[in-house]
Formats: sequence, C-alpha cells, structure tokens
Amino acid sequence: MKRQLMVFVKQVPDTKNVSGEAMTPEGTVNRSALPAIFNPEDLNALELGLQLKERYNFKVTVATMGPPNAAEVLRECLYRGADEAILITDRAFAGADTLATSYALSCCAKTVGNVELILCGRQAIDGDTAQVGPQIAEKLNIPQIAYVEEVISLSDKVIKAKRAIEGGYEILESPLPTLLTVIDANEPRSASAKGIMKYKKAKTRSEIHKLMRDADYTDAQALADKENEMMAKNLWIHEWDAAKIQADVNRIGLKGSPTKVKKIENVVLKAGKVVSIEPTEAGINGLIRELIEDHTLG
Amino acid sequence: MNTKGNVWIFIEQEGGKIAEVSLELVCKGTELAKRLGVASEAVILGDKLDGKFDSLFHYGCETVYQVEDQALEPFTVLPYAQALVKLLKKHKPNILLFGATLKGRELAPRVASEMMCGLTADCTDLQIDDFEDKVNKVGYKDKLMQIRPAFGGNIIATIVNTWEDPQMVTVREGVMKLTAPDTSKKGKVVKVTPELSDETKVMKVIKRVRKPKTVDLKKASVIVAGGYGVGTKENFKLIEQLAEALGGQVAASRAAVDAGWISHDYQVGQTGVTVRPKLYIACGISGSVQHVAGMNESAKIIAINNDPGAPIFSVAHYGIVGELNDVVPKLIKAFKAKV
Repeated sequence: MKRQLMVFVKQVPDTKNVSGEAMTPEGTVNRSALPAIFNPEDLNALELGLQLKERYNFKVTVATMGPPNAAEVLRECLYRGADEAILITDRAFAGADTLATSYALSCCAKTVGNVELILCGRQAIDGDTAQVGPQIAEKLNIPQIAYVEEVISLSDKVIKAKRAIEGGYEILESPLPTLLTVIDANEPRSASAKGIMKYKKAKTRSEIHKLMRDADYTDAQALADKENEMMAKNLWIHEWDAAKIQADVNRIGLKGSPTKVKKIENVVLKAGKVVSIEPTEAGINGLIRELIEDHTLG
Repeated sequence: MNTKGNVWIFIEQEGGKIAEVSLELVCKGTELAKRLGVASEAVILGDKLDGKFDSLFHYGCETVYQVEDQALEPFTVLPYAQALVKLLKKHKPNILLFGATLKGRELAPRVASEMMCGLTADCTDLQIDDFEDKVNKVGYKDKLMQIRPAFGGNIIATIVNTWEDPQMVTVREGVMKLTAPDTSKKGKVVKVTPELSDETKVMKVIKRVRKPKTVDLKKASVIVAGGYGVGTKENFKLIEQLAEALGGQVAASRAAVDAGWISHDYQVGQTGVTVRPKLYIACGISGSVQHVAGMNESAKIIAINNDPGAPIFSVAHYGIVGELNDVVPKLIKAFKAKV
C-alpha cells in the first residue's frame, strides 16, 4: 500500500487583484464580484505534495471544505497530479471560524486514515490568519512545522524540513505524522494538458446528479449506474458531509465558532486633499523648499 | 464567566533579547488592564532568563511569569504550547496578547485550539466594549474588541470571542505605540517550572541561520519607497539614490518585493512593516489597501506616479504625475541645491 499524504486547499476570492469592476461607487470592494481562485499558497503546498509523491511514492489526497462549486479547485489538483479528491460540504459547516474549520478538517484526515503528512498553505488570502494549519495539527495531536520552504529528507519515521524564521531559516526534524504549512518558496506546476483532458470530467455526486437531471435521467438506477461508471473511471470526487467525517455538530459551523463578527466596515481611502505638483524643475524646487521650511526635510 | 482575570502578554524573546512588539503589547495590555481594573501580567518562556526582562516592569507589567526549561530554548512550538496552556488553565487570564510575528502566529493558534477558545489574527486595534450577540440573544460586558483588516485589507472587521477566556489575539508589529518607560518601576517575578511531557520534546532544531536585521524602517524619519511602477531592478537604484540624498531609508511595496528587486525586510504594508515617518515618498506605488495600511499615518506623503488615477494620490499630501526617471533626479537636484 502506498504511503498517504494529504493536502488541504481552499477556494478564495481574489482579494489581491481587485479590479475596477469589483469596486462600488462608494470606493469599497464588492466582495461577491471578486473571481474565485485557488488560494496561492495552497498551490505551493500541492506542489510540495506532488514532489514528495514523485520522490517517495506517496498517494496524494486533496481535500477542501466549501460550497459545492469549490469542487473546481479539486479538479485543478487532479489536473496537476493529485490522486484522489474530497469535497467536504454541508450546510452545517457554514460560518465556521478557524477553530471550527480546523476541527472539521481534522475529522476529514481521521476519516481518510493513516495520513503520514498533511500539507496546507501557510494562509488563505481572504482571511490571512495562518491559523487553520497549526490548529489541525493540534486537533490531531501531531507536531507542526510552519513556514516550510522545502523538505530536506524523509524517512518512514521522520521528516527534515527547512523553514523560515524571523530573519533567516532553520532546519527542523520532526517525527511522522506531522503537518507542514508551506510558503511561497517553490514554483507550482501548471495543469497538464493530459490532466485537464482526463479530469475535467471528474465530478462530485451533486454535479453528476445535476447533469443527469438536466438531461432528464432521474430514475435511481440511472443515477447509480452513472455514479458507478464515474468511480470505475476514477473520475469521482468524493463529497463528504458532517456525518461522513463523524463531526460533532456542536463543534462545526457557526455553532462551533467561538469568535463572532461584531461589525464589518469597508475601507474607504481617505478623501484626497492632495496638492498637485507639476513635474517641472520649478514645481519640484517649490515642493522641496516647502518641506525644508516646515522642517520635514533637512 | 471569568470577569476578574488579568491581561496577559506573551513575551517573545530570542537569546534573552525581548522583541520590540512584546514591549508595544505590554503598553497596550497595561492600558486595557487599567480600563478593566485588573493587572497587566507578562509571561516569558525560555532558559536562563534572570535579569533580562526588567523593561517589562518599566512599561507597566505588575507581574512576570518566568517559565524556564532547557526544552524552551531554542523555540519549538510543542513545549511552548504545553507550558502556556498549563499556565492559562491555572491562572485564567481574561485576555492574552501575542505579537503577530512568525513565532506568535505559529504558537497562538495551537494554544487557542487546545484551550478551545477563539483567536483573532493580526489585529491592528484593540478596545474594550460591550457586545450583544443578537442571534443568540446574549449580552456580554467589557469584551475585547479585536479589530483587524481582512479580505486583503479591503474591509476592517471587529471580532469578539464569546467562549471561555482567555480572549486571544495576535497583534501586528508596530501598530501599538510605546509609552514612556518608567525605569524606577519594579514588579513581582513568579518562577515557573513547566514540567513538560516527553512528547513535546520530539522536534529537533538541526540548524539555525539568522542574519541580524540591518534595516529598521520604523525608526526612519524619511522613507523613499518603490513599487511595481519602478519597472526594473536596475531602476530601483533611483529610489536608493533619492533616499541617500535625503538622508532617508529605502523601502518597497509588496509588488516590488515579489518582483525580487529588494528583500522582504524593506516591505511596508499589511504583510510588512507599519511606518509613520515625517516624510514618505511613494514612487511608482499604485496604493493598494494592503500597502496604504502600512504608511497612511506618515506625517507627509508625496506620491509620484505616471497614472493620475492611481489610488495612492488619494492618501497623499502632494501628488506628482510624471515619470520616475524624470521626477526623481529633479528631486535630488532640488534638495542638494537647497542644503
């Protein structure tokens, strides 16, 4: 049996490239207008996972928690070489903070079983908390190595990894199983054409059912046949709910989240009282004189 | 509910030297403690720490828990987490503050997870206020308002921890101001032996390489920062020349750091350093929220950009629409002629 490695990924709104179309007339961001992307550092985590698959013959299982359309990031993983994909989805997971999220993901890892290494991106660009990785490790009672740049070596018992520290780096050794959070220190591979050809057809049960309904095939036998066909072709994205991962309903979603959002304010850039300076010698000389006179410079 | 718990500050130290952010948090924590009518207390972990933390008292701490064990030097996350969790369970502080450093952000989530309490990352402000949970119809008095940017800095969220104390946060470096230290102040030291379990000692530091920080942006009174609009690494020399001429410090936006023109130590913004110089000159910086959050409290801001629509102009005091290659040499020449 192959050794088991997991990568947790997340679909996020692209907060780094806010285009004019996503801006409201008031100068704030319309968050629902932002395109959904693969969280950048999760691509680094996936890349490291795939490198370990090549070096040490791991099976790479990827998982994400999110709404049904988050299956898209799982297909992106399959295009790049992941072996198996799990969509953790259930209305009961909605509104989870990092504690409830890490609990659900730890339940998923336990359900997969015998996982020797868990890889996550350091943080997701929608929240930038960097908390979920360490919290999954705590929930599973395993060590963590945060801010990993590369894996130096791996035996069947221990991992040695290089990771960033303030003003430098260190090499840490940890027994397996362990969890790594990965930073932007490798070049994530692109989706392969062959991978896309094959796995663009990979679907979750909900997606298959929707396709079948759209084509008017709704009887139970037809659905079951289609599901079996997809599984046989390895085009099956698992869809796991709270019951499947044996999650305690009091510890997931809003109910399992100790933090509450009191309010959210949109950031509006300060209205400008900017003094325009001509890019001429006269204009710039005047500016410098003013700054020297008011003791800002000199 | 524990309403009489104290305010705790996790003190980050490296080789006995206390991190600047920890002192900033002692100042903020002391302010919060006064507001709540409780004590401000610090917890410092490591080995052989005697005489290394008097400054904590000078900035307002009443008590320092000095937790020592060989396994706590150098830092690894498991023994630190266990030692802290034991102390939290015993003393039940109301609030616990960490610096949002690499260490703080690795340790705090692990501790919060074990304590089953909330944690808010990378706060930029903290206040005490009441909170009404309208969904569950519960009112809370004197809770910690944990204020932080999210969504790439496009929103500011106020977050409250409604479960068991402590209310835990990590706080960004450089946003809480240092108050004037009172060097005559003394306080109580409580020595703690953490009695760490063997399973916390399984990780080994094989090698550690640190370069001392050569740049301190926070102390600079003039900063000249370059962004993606600088165009090339070669062109970045222009930014350096201007900084040198003005006796200032070079800095950069994330885009310039990502492009590889300058190291991350020089980055201003949400994922870099927060600065408040007397003069900030933004060269070829578009002015993303994430950058502006790190510099908009500068006393004077000059923006130079060839795009008159760049958002940086809306936070600037002086705007120059033009090419850097033209404007920057003129600035250097004008300054040299005057001084």
